[in-house]
Parts: sequence; structure tokens; C-alpha cells
Amino acid sequence: MPSYVMVEKCDGCKGQDKTACMYICPNDLMVLDKDKMKAYNRDPQMCWECACCVKICPQQAMDLRGYADFIPMGASATPLRGSQDIMWTVKFRDGSIKRFKFPTRTTAEGTADPTGGFPTHDDLNSIALATEPASLGLSAVPTPKK
Amino acid sequence: MANFETVVVNTDLLIVGGGFAACGAATEAAYWAKKKGVKVTLVDKAALDRSGAVAMGLSAINQYIGIKDGENTAEDYVRYVRQDLMGISREDLVYNIARHVDSTVHLFEKWGLRIWLDENGKYVHEGRWQLMINGESYKIIIAEAAKNAMKDAGGEIYERVFIVEPIVENNKIQGAVGFSVREDKFYVFKAKAVICAMGGAVHVFRPRSVGEGFGRSWYPPFNTGSSAYFTIRAGAEMTCQEVRFIPVRFKDAYGPVGAWFLLFKSRAISAGGGEYMVVRKDELNNWAPYGLAKPIPANLRNYLGQLDVDAGLGPLYMETHEAIAKLAEQYKDDPKAFKKKMKELEAEAWEDFLDMTISQAILWAAQNIKPEEEHSEIAACEPYFIGSHSGASGAWVSGPEDLDTPYKWGYVNMTTVEGLFAAGDASGASSHKFSSGSHAEGRIAGKSAIKYIVEKGTEPQVDMAKVEKMKERILRPLDLWNQHCNETTDPEVNPNYIMPRQYLHRLQKIMDEYAGGVSMSFKTSKYLLERGLELMKLLQEDSEKQAARNHHELMRAWENIHRTWQGEAHMRAILFREETRWPGYYFRTDTPKMDEQNWRCFVNMRWDPNTGEWSIFKKDVWTMPGV
Repeated sequence: MPSYVMVEKCDGCKGQDKTACMYICPNDLMVLDKDKMKAYNRDPQMCWECACCVKICPQQAMDLRGYADFIPMGASATPLRGSQDIMWTVKFRDGSIKRFKFPTRTTAEGTADPTGGFPTHDDLNSIALATEPASLGLSAVPTPKK
Repeated sequence: MANFETVVVNTDLLIVGGGFAACGAATEAAYWAKKKGVKVTLVDKAALDRSGAVAMGLSAINQYIGIKDGENTAEDYVRYVRQDLMGISREDLVYNIARHVDSTVHLFEKWGLRIWLDENGKYVHEGRWQLMINGESYKIIIAEAAKNAMKDAGGEIYERVFIVEPIVENNKIQGAVGFSVREDKFYVFKAKAVICAMGGAVHVFRPRSVGEGFGRSWYPPFNTGSSAYFTIRAGAEMTCQEVRFIPVRFKDAYGPVGAWFLLFKSRAISAGGGEYMVVRKDELNNWAPYGLAKPIPANLRNYLGQLDVDAGLGPLYMETHEAIAKLAEQYKDDPKAFKKKMKELEAEAWEDFLDMTISQAILWAAQNIKPEEEHSEIAACEPYFIGSHSGASGAWVSGPEDLDTPYKWGYVNMTTVEGLFAAGDASGASSHKFSSGSHAEGRIAGKSAIKYIVEKGTEPQVDMAKVEKMKERILRPLDLWNQHCNETTDPEVNPNYIMPRQYLHRLQKIMDEYAGGVSMSFKTSKYLLERGLELMKLLQEDSEKQAARNHHELMRAWENIHRTWQGEAHMRAILFREETRWPGYYFRTDTPKMDEQNWRCFVNMRWDPNTGEWSIFKKDVWTMPGV
């Protein structure tokens, strides 16, 4: 399902140096047409359908349309991603709909402490990584039995 | 030459890549760098939040040992990997990752990843080593910790810069060069040490879908062989280049099967032959001792299914409806509890797809498939290079110091090129690292590289005249386009160049037809490989005749060249190994049996940057004492 952009909703992320979809696409596929101020997927055949663009679009102007060469038409899976969870609306070809809501993280965005709050040490020569052995929950890093 | 500004960046440690191994390396290296006054720079071809194989998310962590609760030991994991890879693994590396990986998982949890917990607060296991997670934001969380660590240490992160080539002098890494995919800038990174973590390779082989679904590979299409190219071109010894991976997944959209097999205990069948793992059990005797021990190696499970497909007994199916019915059965006398359980299983099944393979959810919805009502088709995907999963291709790296092995020549995870480290898909023969183990290995490499810099780091020696030549070669696709695009009415068809997409099709056709791709049912032979290598030589010559209209196509052209080197290394390794050891991944029809006596060994190889010649040779497998 390559990503596509809805003409009516896309505003080209006005006033920013690049669009959100251009910023995030892991495969460098999204481009802004500066004349039209609309984004588009320049190479749908290379789209992995990760939906990173769909999830980040501030206008909800993007969705996925199933790959034309093997996905029958009429279905969709549309995300609405918040700061702690994601809601999915799955529409079937037969018209039925399922909704799911899943948590995405347990902490506030941006707050990940690289040490995880575990005690650290100063020994560059030890096999213990910065937060070990505490982050292992052990008193020492395991070594092979002699 | 295209008018690109040359930007020189001086650093101590350069991390190339942005996925789990790179983020692990950055997180750990930044900690030590801050203490030792070392500068760390990371370069990613995409945006760190959503780059690499976990860009979409994941629904499980596939490597957790459970050492603190006495569930398993690192030695248990060594046995598991030895068995799954048919006896060929760097047990020292597997052990090293296994003893550190739990701490990575505990950090992930602290950072905000939601790992499923049972009523006693213990992790919910999908299988012996696998944990269930709500993993839509898995990559964002891991990238966030890396970014915070780098910020704290005064490190720098470059996004949308594509690294093309290493800079090496006298078998010692000096840095790397590449270009911005957004601006007219050519980057020269000078570094005392480099960690290579640019993932595996997809689209080396022709995928099953060649229309709009071309990009729906199981592993992402932005894993383009850059790790293999970078380490090969640096002159590093490589290992297991023959060990590709072909996953069996839900057909076409490639949705995950792990939860179905392990958590829901589903059976797989062929429509005409029944449960192939039972019906064809005797075949496993031919692959003893690995075929007779549990768990049965993934490639042998593939192979038994493949035998049914080859016999015309397909399609293959995952019996999802049967599995769900069985799981809900214990609640059948309590309609309310039954309904609740069914609802829970349904949500779990859909989240499994929505977290990591959204297209599979769309495919099910488009075919009106409800897994609790009917079974669903599965199939072998196309071959991938993914040393972090059940493949093993990658660079040959130095082992941990406290294990008594023949594999030590320097700092742990350093390749045979001084100062060049590898982790994740970039380091070979240490399969089954997955996301968590790749991150743990990145951390190991991160600390090791800082130790190297502190003890042995010397100022990088970069000959700018040589760099200028590299720049000319790297930007050539833009020049070719500009010189000749007006000479034909359709600029895409031009006798002076070919476009990157057509070049990619040519590579994939060779690999598919001569190296055992999908259309050959994964079969090849000495004769096919020899002919394939002749065609590869012509392809290699034409690789620098790709044209690019813009930065994006320039990246595509170089990604293709990276893939080509991975493909050639693969063919050479398969040709050298005169046996069939992983029949579900590839089958050498002229040497159809496994030969433990002569071939229970690594196949290693090296491309000599001075002569341009390949050498290929055996290396012994070290078995961990008492394990």
C-alpha cells in the first residue's frame, strides 16, 4: 500500500523548511511540490508501507492504498497516533470495521534517560557496560564457567 | 563535476548507521566519551526517529535470556544458535551478546517501551527467548535515548547524509565519505575509529512482487548492503557470506508468524499434503545432528514446506482459526469469559500486524479474512542478508577478551581493519541478535571503540587528493545525466547510461536466476554460479554507468552498487562451499548433501583494496567448552 496524499488536506506543512513526511520517510520518498505546495510519494514501488508519514502528518492528509499488484481494493488501516497510544481503524472490503487502541509508551515523550536511572561506573577496562551489572539485575556480568 | 561543496567534519568516533546497533553504539559510546573527552559523531541516511529495520515498529523482542530470574543462561543461547545455524556460529560473539542483552531490554523498559506483563508482574513470553511488546514506537524510544546521550556528551548527529565509502590507509580506518541527499554537499568525516552499523541487504534478489508491491519486502528496502560494501571495501575479512535468510511469512504482505507459531501454537499445513512437519519428518534424518534436535532449525522447517510446494501440494496455510479455537476452548462453558477471551485474542492478532507490518492488516481486511474464522496463506519470501536474524553474513570481528578463542586480534567487535568496528547486521556469524541483541552488540562495540581511541587513537591521515578522486567517482552519476540527457527524446533510454531502477532489475535478474532466487525455488549449482559470476563482472563494469537526475537518484545508484558487492560476495561464498547445509535457504543441486567432515567450518573471504583480488578460505569453528 504505497502512501498517498489527499490534495484537499495537504498544506505542504506551510511555513516550515521541510514537510513532516519528507522529514520522516526512512526511504527518502516524500517530496514537496513547491509550486502546488503539496507533498507526493515520488516512487510508490519503493514504499515499504511503514506509514511513518501517515502517522506524523499534522493534517491527517495521508493514508495508504493497498499495493495494486496483490491487494484487492476497498480496505484500509488508518492510524491516529497520540503521545501514549495509537488508535487504528481497519476497514474491510465487505464494509465491516474494526477499531483497536494500543499503548505505545509508558513515559512522556523526550524523557528517556540513557542510563535508565541505573547506577553507572567508571571502569573503561571492565567488561561491564556503563549501567552494568545493575541493569542486568545481577551482581556481576556473567563469565564462562572455567 | 557536479558543484558540491566539500564539508570536512573532524571527530574521534564516527558511527555510520541509525538503526538499533547504531543507537546502542551511540548510547554507550556517548557515556564513555563524555568521561574521556572524546567526540562522537553519528551519520544516518534517514531520520533517527524512524530509520533502520525497526522504523515501522515491532510486536516482540526476540532475544531475552532471563538470566536474573534463572530462566536461561547465556550458554543456553549459544546452544540454541549453534543448532539453528547448523553448527556454524561464532559462539564467543553469541555468548557475549547473550550475557549483555538482558540489560539492554531492562533499559528499553525504563525508557518507556511497554513490555507485556503477566498478573505476577513478569514478562509475558511469546516463546522461550521472545517477549511480547506494544512496539509501535519501539524505534522512536530507542532513538530518543541515543539522542539524549549524544546531546549530553556534546556529540553530533547528521541526518540525511548517505555514507558511500570508507577511507583507509595501511589497513587502518581514517574516516568515511558520503553526500547529503538534500543539499549540494559532499561530506568527509575524519575519525580515529568508525563503527559500521548500516544494516543488512534487501533487493539484492528479485522480490516476488515486481509491480507496485516491489517495496513490500519483509526486511526493509532501505537496507541496501551498505554495511557489507563498507567493510569489504575497507579490506575487512568477511564471514558467512553464503548464509542468507529466507523467512516464511504470511504470503505477499509478509506479516509476522512468530506469535502464531509460538504464542498461539498454530500449525502450518500444505493444502494437498497436510502438516508437512509431521508428514515429512523422516527427511530430517538427512540433516542430522541438527535435524534431529529441538528446536528444528528454521531453514529445515522452510525446507519441509518447500518440498510440499515443489511437489505441487501448495498453497501453504497457517491454521489460525484452529489455533484460536483451541486457545478459547477452556472458556467454552462460560459464554461471557469466552467472548472476552476471543476479543483479547483478536486484538492481539491484529496488533501483531499493525505494530510491524501494516500491509498485512490491509491485506487481511481486503480479502475479508478474519483469522478466527479461516486459515491464511503463508509462503517463503525472497532471500535477504540479515546477520542479526537467522542469516549470518557480515564482517569477521575480534571476540571478547575473557574467552579463550582463536578469534582475538584486538578490541572486541573490531574487524580485521584497525579501528573499524562492526555491529548488528554488519558483524557476521553471530545470528539471532534481532533488535535487542543488535542494540546490545552496538553498546559492546561503542565501549570497545572508545577504549581503542583512548589507548591507541591517532590523528586520522586523510589524503585530500585521494578524497577528491572519490568525490569525482561518487558524483559521476549526476555528471553522466547532465552530459547526455538531452541527446535522446526519452532521457531514460540513452546509450551512455542506465537509470538506477533498470540497473537494479539487472542485478536482481542475475541473482534470481543464477544464485537461487524465488524463480529457481532457491536452487543453484556450480555451473549456474560460474555463469552468474561472468554476468556479474559485466554488471560491475556497468555499475559506474548509472545516471542520476538528483540527490535521491544518486543515493539509489550507490545503494545499488552496495547491493552488487553483497551479491557478488554471496555468489563467491556459495560457490566455494561444496555442500548444501541450509537447504531451506539455498540448495546446491550439484552438492545436495551436508558434509560435516569437510565443511563444518566458516567460509571467510577478503577483497584486497590494493590489488582488487578476492581470496576465499576456511576458518575453524570454535566450540565453547562444556556447552
